[in-house]
Amino acid sequence: MTTSFPRRTILATGTAALLTSGLTIPTSAQTLAPTPTMRGGANNYRPGAPIVDRIGGGGFLMTGTVLRAGDGAPIPNARIQMWAHTTEGHERDERSHGATLTDAQGRFQMDMPQIVPAFGQPHGHLAYDAEFDDNGFQTVFLRPIMSSASDTTLDVQFVLQQT
Amino acid sequence: MRGVIPWTALAIAVAAPIVAAGFSPLLQWRDGIYIASGFAGIFGMTLLLVQPLLAAGDLPYLSHARARRLHRLTGALLLAAVVGHVVGLWITSPPDVIDALTFTSPTPFSVWGVIAMWAVFAAALMAALRRGIAVRPMTWRRMHVSLALTIAVGTVTHVLLIEGTMETITKYGLSALVLLGALRIAPRLRPRRR
Repeated sequence: MTTSFPRRTILATGTAALLTSGLTIPTSAQTLAPTPTMRGGANNYRPGAPIVDRIGGGGFLMTGTVLRAGDGAPIPNARIQMWAHTTEGHERDERSHGATLTDAQGRFQMDMPQIVPAFGQPHGHLAYDAEFDDNGFQTVFLRPIMSSASDTTLDVQFVLQQT
Repeated sequence: MRGVIPWTALAIAVAAPIVAAGFSPLLQWRDGIYIASGFAGIFGMTLLLVQPLLAAGDLPYLSHARARRLHRLTGALLLAAVVGHVVGLWITSPPDVIDALTFTSPTPFSVWGVIAMWAVFAAALMAALRRGIAVRPMTWRRMHVSLALTIAVGTVTHVLLIEGTMETITKYGLSALVLLGALRIAPRLRPRRR
């Protein structure tokens, strides 16, 4: 997702500024804004899709980071579901869905079939659903668009707000 | 013999985008209903080239009365194509179509498609009720032509913003022809000078 770089830059710059000034004021918790749910993000979502090592035969790499709003701390063990129209199925198909958990750095990745343009755009869907996660953050649905249909990776960032 | 050339050109202009889309690599990853709804859309768009030519009486070998009857028939086909396009997409992904119809879709092209769809419905309704509605012929024509222009511009914008099964050259070619067709009938918004 294109917005991940500016956000990360802002975060990095903000953190660097805090470090150099030596300030540890609690207002720094306002620096990183939560990611809003995107229009159409929840379309064809399957609540509780199982955690899998890989979706189908793989070949396309979905990666991402899950951070806490405010201080930007990584969120481990966050359950992220992803799905798309791929070379192996439509969005509504069960086999097009899978979930994974973030590591200690708040990172996740999923090997999934190549995403192909559908409904006018090559795009993916990702969900953090509070119903299926015990970390206590608010639900967010994303619908990132690939800059090119020939891309074989897509990187996404979630910034979650505590409930 | 000369009259054959416009008809042949029209047949090529209609067939080329449909045939070219048949070679789209995207088709191999879509089920039958999704493929059919895409082709219904492309077919409907080709009719937008035929309609103004029939309305303006530009096609050779057709009497005015026959061109008019064909214009109505083609209009009915267009209506069927639009309904098939939307219903097929609905079956493929209901939430995406609901978003489009309620103007809450994240994709700007769907707004243009839905505007064109409503304009097709309105133009068809006007045609069906022609004798039943008490408006002056010039008013009727102005409304019908305005809807036709909305359909042409809405559809071309819809199509150009989509990354789908249409092949690039035929997509831009047909778009240009549809806009030229719209320009052909646009003067009909004003009364004809004698």
